[in-house]
Amino acid sequence: MHLKVGLLTTKIIMSTTHTPFVVRFFSATGRKGWVALALFALLTIVAVPSSHLLLPVDHALHIPTFYVTLLGKIMCYAIVAVAMDLIWGYAGVLSLAQGLFFALGAYAFGMYLMREIGLDGVYQSHLADYMVFLDWKEYPWYWKFTEHFLYSMMLVIVAPGLLAFVFGFFVFRSRVKGVYFAIISQAMLYAFLLLFFMNNFGFGGNNGFTDFKRILGYSITSPEMRATLFALSASMLMFALLLGRYLVTSKFGRILTAIRDAEMRVMFLGYNPLWYKLFIWTLAAIICGVAGALYVPQVGIINPSEMATANSIEIAIWTAIGGRGTLIGPAIGAVVVNLSKSWFTVAFPEYWLYFLGLMFVLVTLLLPQGLVGLYQQLRARMVR
Amino acid sequence: MYCKFLFRVPSLLKVLRTIVLLPWLVAMFVLPAHAAPLDPELVAQLNADGNAAKKAAIIKFALLASPEAILLLKSLANDSLFIAGENGEIILRMEGERAFDAATGEEVTPVPEDMDQLYPNNRVRRMLHTSLSVLKLFDPDRDERLEAAKKIEDSGADVAFLPVLDKVLKEESDSEIKQTVTFIRAMIGLNSKDSAIRLTAVKDLGESDNPDIKLRLTELTDPAIEVNSEVREEAKKSLASLERRLVIGESITRVFTGLSLGSILLLAALGLAITYGVMGIINMAHGELLMIGAFATFVVHDIFRDHYPEYFDWYIVAAVPVAFFSAAIVGVIMERTVIRWLYGRALETLLTTWGISLILIQTVRTTFGTFNQEIANPSWLSGSVELMSNVDLPWNRIIIIGFAVSVLVLVWLLLNRTRLGLFVRAVTQNRAMAGCVGVPTARIDTVAFALGAAIAGLGGVSLSQVGNVGPEMGQGWIVDCFMTVVLGGVGQLAGTVWAAMGIGVVTKLVEGGLGAVIAKIVVLVIIIIVIQKRPQGIFALKGRVADD
Amino acid sequence: MSDTTLEGNTSHVQEKGFSSSETKPGNTILQISNITVSFDGFKALNDLSLNFELNELRCIIGPNGAGKTTMMDCITGKTRADEGTVLWYPEVNKTVDLLKLSEAEIALIGIGRKFQKPTIFESHTVFENLELAMKTDKRVRFSLFAVVDDVTRDRIADILRLINLNEHADQLAGRLSHGQKQWLEIGMLLMQDPKLLLLDEPVAGMTDDETERTGELFNSLKGKHTLVVVEHDMAFVEQLKSKVTVLDQGSLLCEGPMAEVQANPKVIEVYLGR
Repeated sequence: MHLKVGLLTTKIIMSTTHTPFVVRFFSATGRKGWVALALFALLTIVAVPSSHLLLPVDHALHIPTFYVTLLGKIMCYAIVAVAMDLIWGYAGVLSLAQGLFFALGAYAFGMYLMREIGLDGVYQSHLADYMVFLDWKEYPWYWKFTEHFLYSMMLVIVAPGLLAFVFGFFVFRSRVKGVYFAIISQAMLYAFLLLFFMNNFGFGGNNGFTDFKRILGYSITSPEMRATLFALSASMLMFALLLGRYLVTSKFGRILTAIRDAEMRVMFLGYNPLWYKLFIWTLAAIICGVAGALYVPQVGIINPSEMATANSIEIAIWTAIGGRGTLIGPAIGAVVVNLSKSWFTVAFPEYWLYFLGLMFVLVTLLLPQGLVGLYQQLRARMVR
Repeated sequence: MYCKFLFRVPSLLKVLRTIVLLPWLVAMFVLPAHAAPLDPELVAQLNADGNAAKKAAIIKFALLASPEAILLLKSLANDSLFIAGENGEIILRMEGERAFDAATGEEVTPVPEDMDQLYPNNRVRRMLHTSLSVLKLFDPDRDERLEAAKKIEDSGADVAFLPVLDKVLKEESDSEIKQTVTFIRAMIGLNSKDSAIRLTAVKDLGESDNPDIKLRLTELTDPAIEVNSEVREEAKKSLASLERRLVIGESITRVFTGLSLGSILLLAALGLAITYGVMGIINMAHGELLMIGAFATFVVHDIFRDHYPEYFDWYIVAAVPVAFFSAAIVGVIMERTVIRWLYGRALETLLTTWGISLILIQTVRTTFGTFNQEIANPSWLSGSVELMSNVDLPWNRIIIIGFAVSVLVLVWLLLNRTRLGLFVRAVTQNRAMAGCVGVPTARIDTVAFALGAAIAGLGGVSLSQVGNVGPEMGQGWIVDCFMTVVLGGVGQLAGTVWAAMGIGVVTKLVEGGLGAVIAKIVVLVIIIIVIQKRPQGIFALKGRVADD
Repeated sequence: MSDTTLEGNTSHVQEKGFSSSETKPGNTILQISNITVSFDGFKALNDLSLNFELNELRCIIGPNGAGKTTMMDCITGKTRADEGTVLWYPEVNKTVDLLKLSEAEIALIGIGRKFQKPTIFESHTVFENLELAMKTDKRVRFSLFAVVDDVTRDRIADILRLINLNEHADQLAGRLSHGQKQWLEIGMLLMQDPKLLLLDEPVAGMTDDETERTGELFNSLKGKHTLVVVEHDMAFVEQLKSKVTVLDQGSLLCEGPMAEVQANPKVIEVYLGR
């Protein structure tokens, strides 16, 4: 009897884990990649949270709150960079609007967080503080259901996804490419920035959402919550990398890079580039939205300045610095640039913009393959 | 303005006064004015108890309109009337040290010791000034008459002055003054007891385009306020025709503002269109070139203000070449050090130029400070042209439209009538071929980029006259410039012109109804729709060559 | 350009272009009728009418600017025709109006094209180039889960042998020589298994040997596919021994066997000038 159950279970496990899909998934990353991922997982999901939660504050290896949130925030940026690499590095679509999808995801989850403030706000009303200030009597229709965690999760995915789908459908259909696409995406971002700045738009105007208290009943500022969010951000980053890796090593990925290199040819082979671009564009938008949702509780605030053009262009620079078309490169680029920014704005605030501007210029001119490309070149040289 | 004369509920006193005055007015009107001494009793009434009596006296003197009466009223206005006599019944007029009897005009000697000044209070004073203005309507000098008419238009007048105004209209020949007086008369007539007068007044007001009478006319359509139905009907009609005229005025203003915005956008986007057409690059630092032009103007403005104040009004003329060349120099530096290495890689140039823009903004910030700078318009650019009551076109915007047109013409001449322009157009259309026939493409690149930057500098000069000048001013214009280039297509100036004007006018028209944010979104949606049909822009170069 | 949402399944495509009033005249597979294409006033194609028979090998020649490439652009959907029709007869009682379809749809119904300049995917390997071209379901959801199985590998191996690139299977296509790139593109075309092959100057830049081999390949394909070859190389055209169509200034000048066409005085005038 036990044997039968055992055999059955093994059969089920074998059949589910040895489907072509799963096999492909696991072969998408080489052995070294899996090892690196495992190490990263160990570090971020086990080591850092333990150190933060278990070690006493004055211990040498204790990681203070400041760093937990800073690194968590940077990992969210890294997720966005991976998404950017998928559409720019692999599909050749330069978007200057990823910040918009990031912000939309943050706002979507922010609505839930605002609801969770409950009666603990400044005005002690079940309405958000800024709504009381505007003299509103109840939540507008688009706030319905946002007090439910699952609904807000769905909104985090649907809001950026739907916008991306509709926008992408019309723009890709008109065969707008390259620089024109970048400009149009920037214009869309700008339009939304203006909308969200309007005080009566229902999203807090120029102050946005802030003063969060809880998630699912647990305090948002507790060390446990911070560690959890940190670990979740790391997990999402790993997931994004794996998903990206799967996509780019699949036939889909090859078609995508073919579209990037010679779209005409791809069409004449019978592929409709519209759906390929639209798929990766919508997926990237959703990934950015999820990153935004992980970002907002760690940073504690979301306001329209997150939709500034400068932020979205910076995403492109993280990707370029890391190395386009490598997935891991942009993630590294995001980490490097944002750590530099943290350091500069404390040490030499006046010089940060000079440094950033110079980085834009020098990296594009001298390091077209980014840091990863540089690393590969150096390795190749050493092998010789 | 006419709030003072909203006689919603005529008080009993005022009714009485009008009833009492009317025959007097008629009498005064009918009786010829003669150079005779004034009635002493009437003169003494200037010192009577109560405002009503004083005002009544003033009006009578005004209607008299004799030189003596005018002198009397003027003296009262400049505080040179004094009270003498045991009962305060003699009024003396002081000229320097001499005293004259206000009524007879004879000199009184010796000058009495205890004299009180006859000081009219504010209510009386207002009536006094209006009366003097009304008297001024008979002044031989036309400008004086016009000024007086404008003053009365602003301050309003008592219904008692109606007959005087009728007299003015009969004798007045100047059309502008006549128009103003008709208007005054109509406004006064609205308050008349006589419905026939009110009717005429309402009809007259229908020809006006002054938005301030809207309220008054609207009241007259309300049966609770106006009892006469004929007057009510006429008021409705007049209101409708007034509304029509106001709407026209508003539309003219909006279209003008749209054209003004379009002209500034044209200057701003023209340079971008040229550089994109020639080199295929999108310059994210273009806004900063605008900023440099504006700051160059600011520097020139300060130099003139501090060192050549007598020539201050001409700083803007000096600023034009300074801005032109400073922006051009920055453009040349950008092109030679960075952009030429990225030929053909449009997306990379987008990123590098963004980096350059960050550097430029930070440099200007550290040099001039983060906050906006004050720039004063030269005097010949201030003020406005008033086409209609509600259509006020600022001079500086008119000049800027003219400036944009001249720059456009010059650029067109440069591109289409010079050898350099020929080369630029060749490189735009087919770089490889142009190179093959000997066009120095590298140098043309530099020149084209410098030209684009220089035009942006000129755009900055215009911006300095209509808006704020600060390190981040360029950022607000970059999206609009891009939209213009995307919509208009490259390779032809016409595209940029139509796109810039179109975007400017549509933005302002939508803004009036739905607000600035919706306007921007509407423009964006329109552009997306247009490029669905014509992805290369409205005026794109067609054919197989331009396919990429 | 059509704006339907089709991507892979070809039966939808054929039904869409169906017009029952047309009947297939004889053995024609492609019928071009009165096509006019103008660019800003210049007529690239001027009331052109041509027929192609099933499984024939046809050569199109003509001086520069005759409209040969524009004709191919029109058939494959790259350029919009201002007037005229292009009808495709893949089976009995089935007619497809090509002017209503998009480039991808036209490729899916079995019309493959090789461009004048070899357009292959430079950053992909030779193997991947062929894999991408292979006739299969080309919709997004299939490509997400597609696996390179043995069937695919065999087919690609066959073609690699045919185009003589089996040693270069894992090399980046950008590193190939010009002639090899041409062959790769021909290979990609064959992977599509098209009913009609449109070849625009396939032997341009090839060595004599390569040219001869190409001729042999085309001759071997003759009975099974319809081939339309645009060429300037007259020796190659002779090698193919096919019916020849001469275009000039956007219209048909004359048609017939090579010898006849070469002797035609109008053709001589157009090529050599008077």
